[in-house]
Amino acid sequence: MTNLFNYIERPSPIHRLTGATKLVCMLLWSFAAMVTYDTRFLALLSIAGAALFLVGNIRTKDVSFMLGFTIVFLFFNNILIYVFSPMHGTGIYGSCTYLTSWHGRYAPTVEQLFYQLNYILKYSATIPVILLFVCTTNPSEFAASLNRIGISYRISYSVSLALRYIPDVQQQYYEISKASQARGVEMSKKASLLKRLKAASNILIPLILSSMGRIETIANAMELRGFGKHKKRTWYMARKFRISDYASMAVSLLLFITALVLNHINNGRFYNPFLNH
Amino acid sequence: MTDNKDILVEFDHFGFKYNAQQKPTLSDISLSVKRGEKVLIAGPSGCGKSTMVHCINGLIPFSYKGEMTGSLKISGKESRDLDLFTISKTVGTVLQDTDAQFVGMTVAEDIAFALENSCVIREEMKERVLRIAGTVNVQDHLHHAPGELSGGQKQRVSVAGVMVDDVEVLLFDEPLANLDPATGREAIELIDKLQEETGAAVIIVEHRLEDVLWRHVDRVVLMNEGRIISNTDADTLLCSKLLSETGIREPLYVQALKYAGVFLAPEKKPSDPALPGLDEKDKEMVRRWFENSGDDSPSGRKHPLLEVRDLCFSYEKRNRRALDGISAAIYEGSMTAIVGTNGAGKSTFSKVICGFETASSGEMIFEGIDLKSLSMKERAEHIGYVMQDPNHMISQTMIYDEVAFGLRNRGVPEDEVQSRVEDALKICGLYRMRNWPVSALSYGQKKRVTIASILVLRPKMLILDEPTAGQDYRHYTDIMEFLVKLRDQGITIVMITHDMHLMIEYADRAIVFSNGRIIADDDPARIITDAGIIKTASLRETSLYLLAKKCGINDGTAFVKRFIACEKEYRR
Repeated sequence: MTNLFNYIERPSPIHRLTGATKLVCMLLWSFAAMVTYDTRFLALLSIAGAALFLVGNIRTKDVSFMLGFTIVFLFFNNILIYVFSPMHGTGIYGSCTYLTSWHGRYAPTVEQLFYQLNYILKYSATIPVILLFVCTTNPSEFAASLNRIGISYRISYSVSLALRYIPDVQQQYYEISKASQARGVEMSKKASLLKRLKAASNILIPLILSSMGRIETIANAMELRGFGKHKKRTWYMARKFRISDYASMAVSLLLFITALVLNHINNGRFYNPFLNH
Repeated sequence: MTDNKDILVEFDHFGFKYNAQQKPTLSDISLSVKRGEKVLIAGPSGCGKSTMVHCINGLIPFSYKGEMTGSLKISGKESRDLDLFTISKTVGTVLQDTDAQFVGMTVAEDIAFALENSCVIREEMKERVLRIAGTVNVQDHLHHAPGELSGGQKQRVSVAGVMVDDVEVLLFDEPLANLDPATGREAIELIDKLQEETGAAVIIVEHRLEDVLWRHVDRVVLMNEGRIISNTDADTLLCSKLLSETGIREPLYVQALKYAGVFLAPEKKPSDPALPGLDEKDKEMVRRWFENSGDDSPSGRKHPLLEVRDLCFSYEKRNRRALDGISAAIYEGSMTAIVGTNGAGKSTFSKVICGFETASSGEMIFEGIDLKSLSMKERAEHIGYVMQDPNHMISQTMIYDEVAFGLRNRGVPEDEVQSRVEDALKICGLYRMRNWPVSALSYGQKKRVTIASILVLRPKMLILDEPTAGQDYRHYTDIMEFLVKLRDQGITIVMITHDMHLMIEYADRAIVFSNGRIIADDDPARIITDAGIIKTASLRETSLYLLAKKCGINDGTAFVKRFIACEKEYRR
């Protein structure tokens, strides 16, 4: 059963950081990669991200599914960008250097390729830290860390509760679907997509109804144990910040500031190597 | 004289009516529970015992709205003047559905939940969690997720989760509903031990009287139709006729004593299964009743409908085999019980037979047909599978459509659909309701709808997963008598169950699973009196066996059979 949160327990310096630290670092890092198109900076983030994978003791095999999915997505995304907007790069960088003697709409330009390289770099700068966060953060700590960065504990707890019950609901869906297939509902690839969707919705109705009843029971169980009594609550799994936590957050903040400074120096989000030509 | 301070829960001419309902659910309730007391609240489904639970733990009036009359005091204070959180500091509730109560990602977090909500600092939490975990014996599982625990362990975590708040009243809502027989007995022993250690008041709401009486209770409160009809000690209650009148099952040994004509009086302490008060004259009566019976051993084995040989199966990602070389036969026209602990392989076995899962090796022959050559859909025309929760199977709004669903999916012409649906509805006693919406039905009736929707495909064999789970004695009897009727019409019945009563009363054969293997395949009366099997399969010996031994009857199996025969006669 694939769970949304694929926590891998393997001791490493990154595992030892608190969940809140990792969440803050991941957010700052992603913001940094998002605000700028500075090639040098994105390349640095990509290399650093790959290095962190080693530090976090996470192997490519562990994240192969997500990684494969991202690569395929990125591939098609790039093709589409090229199909719909082949001159986007020239527009941004203000010059047009053709690579071929043919000068049609779809003729490759250095600027377009450079733009798309930046686009790919943006992904490779962000994806590793997100995967790293997912793989090294204990789900138990997740709610506590959301709460720590200022999100109300009621919302934080419902997120982690959803994670707790996803496997149960998956299991139920599986069993109900088998029983209805025995009654002749075709859910294999033999049936058309529309029919399959209709069959799935037939299963979802009883599942949702029984989940609603369950939610009421769970809510009662939580209230009976004092959930929602105070404005605040403590967390069993919470940990104290250590020097390494502060250091990691400082570095991430620095990266974010660097991105902003670079935008200022570059006079915009793009680093333009074609200016001097 | 008890001090008023010791009265923790006090109902005084209390009544309650839900806003959505016409009539009050509880009327004229007067009951008080003192510190250190252990009270059992029993009654048939719909008698108002769940509403009592909600009143005691404060969900009424704070979550469920309605009209309250009279007075209910918790620790001397009127409950409506308190709030849910204050009440929860006094009353700790262990819900029936331990999966729903388990809100933490791990055992330790779940135990700490109430402390977290009270803003207890982490160091203190760690220490208190560790201490309580030791009391209920889950200290070795602190970092396990709920999915890695057995039903009994989950319940112990739930108990720890409410005890961590140092509550004065422990309230158990049907604690035995989801447990196998041996684990249920351990739960009752644990409750007893916790009360001794903490001195808390314990209130157990449960309709399985015999199982609760395994340990002494101070009082049994019997409810019916929203009122308390008896509030006395267990011995007095067992000697009265009130239990059978309200549809609560008496302990089997008490029933046997009554059949034998033994005069029961409270001085004989009938609530103690060891029966210390039984005298020589009584024992002689039991022996005479036993010897007077004719031997009605069932006819020889009939021809096998389904034969399974060397069946193996393992779930992906798990090393252990869920089914490990299963060989068995199901005989035509029989009623077979499949028993064993959670995870023993009994559900997996039925799923493999129905084609929900694919066996890794082995043979399955149904009337000479190799089941492996049939798809899941084709197998359903030979073997029908009925899930435990009817709400999980029902997808149509109208009863008729629900029953017709399987035929319509198979493209059967509409006039044939009609005659087959009507036949199935008649068999299930639902014909006059054929044009009703499913939502108008009770749980038991919904169960019948799901059975009808399977029967319409005309299978020769039905597999039912826990057909009577969560039902009180009256509904249990209804469902089981209906299955007997189906069996008499030639449909072979296989039941997966935890219920020992069901097994000895209704099954003509029991197959016992343990760790993916079959460890016994025999007459239920013989299985239930075999100490070795009982131990490995987490079953429980029947109190009838103890009674037989007490009366000097060596052949316990024959004694159990005699009892069942007597029961059957009595029901007719």
